[in-house]
Amino acid sequence: MSTGPGPLLFEGGDWSFDLLKRIFDAVERIALEDLKLDTYPNQIEVITAEQMLDAYSSTGMPLFYKHWSFGKQFLSNEMLYRKGMTGLAYELVINSSPCISYVMEENSAMMQTLVISHAAFGHNHFFKNNYLFKQWTDAEGILDYLEFARNYITSCEERYGQNQVERLLDAAHALMRQGVHRYPRAQARDLKMEAQRENERHAHQERVYDDLWRTMPKAPKQASTPAGDRRKALNLPQENILYFLEKSAPRLQAWQREILRIIRLIAQYFYPQMQTKVMNEGTATYVHYRIMTMLHERGQLGDGAFMEFLQSHTNVCHQPTFDSGHYGGINPYALGFGMMQDIAGICVDPTAEDREWFPDIAGKGDPDGVLKHIWANYRDESFVAQFLSPRLIRAWKLFKLTDHQQDPALKVDAIHNERGYRNIRRALGRHYDIGWQEPDIQIVDVDLTGDRRLMLEHHVTNGVRLAEGDTAKVLQHLANLWGYEVCLDELEREGGKSLKRHSVKPQGSGLGETAA
Amino acid sequence: MHIIDRRLNPGGKSLVNRQRFLQRAKTLVQKAVRDSLKDRSIKDLDQESEVTIVRDGVQEPTLRRTATGGNRDHIFPGNKDYVEGDMIPRPSGGGGAGNNAGSGDGEDEFRFVLTREEFLDLFLDDLELPEMAKRRLVAGDAQGVRSAGYTTSGSPASLSVTRTMRNSLSRRIALRRPTREEIRLIEEEIARLEAPDAPDAPGELERLRAEHERLVRRRNLVSYIDPIDLRYRRHEPTPKPIAQAVMFCLMDVSGSMTEHMKDLAKRFYALLHLFLRRCYRHVEVVFIRHTDRAEEVDEQTFFYSQETGGTLVSSALEHMLGVVAARYRPDDWNIYVAQASDGDNVPSDNPKSIRLLEEKILPIVQYFAYLEVGRDGDPMAMGIPSRSSDLWGAYDKVAGPKGRMVMRKVHHRREIYPVFRELFQRRAAGDRVSGR
Repeated sequence: MSTGPGPLLFEGGDWSFDLLKRIFDAVERIALEDLKLDTYPNQIEVITAEQMLDAYSSTGMPLFYKHWSFGKQFLSNEMLYRKGMTGLAYELVINSSPCISYVMEENSAMMQTLVISHAAFGHNHFFKNNYLFKQWTDAEGILDYLEFARNYITSCEERYGQNQVERLLDAAHALMRQGVHRYPRAQARDLKMEAQRENERHAHQERVYDDLWRTMPKAPKQASTPAGDRRKALNLPQENILYFLEKSAPRLQAWQREILRIIRLIAQYFYPQMQTKVMNEGTATYVHYRIMTMLHERGQLGDGAFMEFLQSHTNVCHQPTFDSGHYGGINPYALGFGMMQDIAGICVDPTAEDREWFPDIAGKGDPDGVLKHIWANYRDESFVAQFLSPRLIRAWKLFKLTDHQQDPALKVDAIHNERGYRNIRRALGRHYDIGWQEPDIQIVDVDLTGDRRLMLEHHVTNGVRLAEGDTAKVLQHLANLWGYEVCLDELEREGGKSLKRHSVKPQGSGLGETAA
Repeated sequence: MHIIDRRLNPGGKSLVNRQRFLQRAKTLVQKAVRDSLKDRSIKDLDQESEVTIVRDGVQEPTLRRTATGGNRDHIFPGNKDYVEGDMIPRPSGGGGAGNNAGSGDGEDEFRFVLTREEFLDLFLDDLELPEMAKRRLVAGDAQGVRSAGYTTSGSPASLSVTRTMRNSLSRRIALRRPTREEIRLIEEEIARLEAPDAPDAPGELERLRAEHERLVRRRNLVSYIDPIDLRYRRHEPTPKPIAQAVMFCLMDVSGSMTEHMKDLAKRFYALLHLFLRRCYRHVEVVFIRHTDRAEEVDEQTFFYSQETGGTLVSSALEHMLGVVAARYRPDDWNIYVAQASDGDNVPSDNPKSIRLLEEKILPIVQYFAYLEVGRDGDPMAMGIPSRSSDLWGAYDKVAGPKGRMVMRKVHHRREIYPVFRELFQRRAAGDRVSGR
């Protein structure tokens, strides 16, 4: 029942490079003219299944340094793939400029259309416009940087031995999650502002001057606290452990600091992706759905191909219920796509409930504009907390369980009713808040004059402590990097009661320079 | 926009990482590989295979929260009949209602597939063949050739043009062979002077003509390519050690050998065969079974058909010697013998067997392994006989200091591989343990 004028882009499943080009052009026309997306230039690369497996195991990047953990990754993916337990992704997309999308040679022509819409336009637009990616990643520089990183690490292996480098990388990988800046750091104030501030301070002191104060008895003079100065000098407290080590670890050599820096920057590059899984996939899915539907409406996509598309689209957006046996958490594709469809509906055809819940966008009429604004300015946590509608909560029949350690049973805290909506929405938003989900660990002090012990604190939220076995291993790595003893206190967030102290000494003299 | 075909790019980008992983987990993987022998049928021993190692050894730890304890909440889709305030009993095995399964502490095994080569490398690492010194060159493709520099004589086919031209060039430079260009310049000069309107230069023309003649003569004298320049690629025949081996499997198939015992023997043979195949380019296997008379059979019959009769070990030994004499000249073949038996023999046959072994067999074989198989669940510890069987007692006398004969007892599948390893462990020269 395709109605439009356009001749079909293709019939049957086979594709050729020529066809790929025509598909791309057709998709691009809709993406740029109708959806008005704003993307990096595109580069489509056709690869084999084997190459896809390779790409998987280096976190999707086309070039990466060598490390055994990627081999482990490869072996486990290969095993799952060979046994048919998982299929490979149809595409893989890299946040770079030009934006590289890998498409598999096995894909049918319909599938290629789908993945080009999904990756080359959906993800691509998101990468270019979302504030987190703008803030934290440098799409133009990443490939060059990765090449630099690979060459640098290889040259270190040649110079200092593969073993040395591997130990360092092991340690750095263990601390990778603690190697990101979570907040944009304060800009260094410029000197003019600094001078002005100083003048204001001085004027204020003149104004409040009173000679009487001079007659007050002096308190016994306190020795200046070296601890305070020290913390300031070392930028403590510091939650970016890799950054701290790079700048302040006493025994590391220059090349070791550089490698820590490489790992830290790579971690930072991936940091936005962890916080925008739902939005990123939701955007891509929403975009491919729009584009495929339009292609079909315009008669460029046959009914058969469109059915094939709907089939795989539905598979991607399927959300099993918690008791179905297939449940593996909330499917980010399903949630993201569901919410975006919902938002588009609210913009165009709001119910009374929508008007009450979303006064800003209900009936506003420009779904693409509203969505683009959302894509640019939210991350998963704020997106869900702001836009999860009662309608969707009802449709998904979401409910919230609370699990308190001291209670013998789990309690159903909220369900999809009037009283539960906000509760559920808030809780689900929290689940995507990386600051809430990742443990809050900070370096608080170093005893530089004494035994150089490094002090860390974990602020325990809701009584959830660190996993014991892993913590001991990571702290061992940390101690090896630091070169001296490392102490981690687990403190209750309220009241600061100490729950446990982990303390680890480095093996030998650690990874850094030996005494000689 | 670019569309790039990357399919022809070299694959195997992950190979280095894969090798590094295997290297790192070598001890674990090796143990897993060797353990896998217990549960696997001998047939697919050298196929590519799946191994499982403990995750602990190759763990990548991170600072993360535990999956259990504390206060948490979960959001699930698909509520059917819960209402607010319902209490649900805590599922056993942790507080997370299935939410964290699979991502946390639960995964303690890591499974992956090794290729055939990787498997064999790990499986047979650090083993070696005894008496490898005796490697025979056999006729046929034994002669290899390798290039060995250049020579001044040879067949035109092996002329090395580059070398020849290089020599020619240096010779021409050294002898100052006039170039065509020099001659042409002089000819032009002569032509100019011969022209009717040429300026008058008496004597000049004669000098140039003489010079021209000299150059032409010299050019003819110093040839472009001289036989002295010729170089031929030289090839040297090199002996290629092609070792071939024959492996004799001798087995007692009389009624007293149970299926279990045969299975043990078969496993040992299979290992030996696998191992020999890696060491020699060509390995033949001869199966000889015996009761009170011996015959050469095919593998199927060897392992799966039952015979009845008495037991005369010497018959097998004699038959083997017959086969050796007929087909495998000891000068050309490395001979390995593996004999499996439950230890029964007619007592009167023992002296004859020993004599055969001592005088005829041991001098010509590389290695003679005698494997005495016992019943499963026999209380004897590996290799320590509680009661010597007739044959064991007899062989024990022969297995002397020469070290070509070894004897072991095996009762259970799991002992096969350790025994095998023990026999073929790489040792320092001269340190070979003589059989017990």
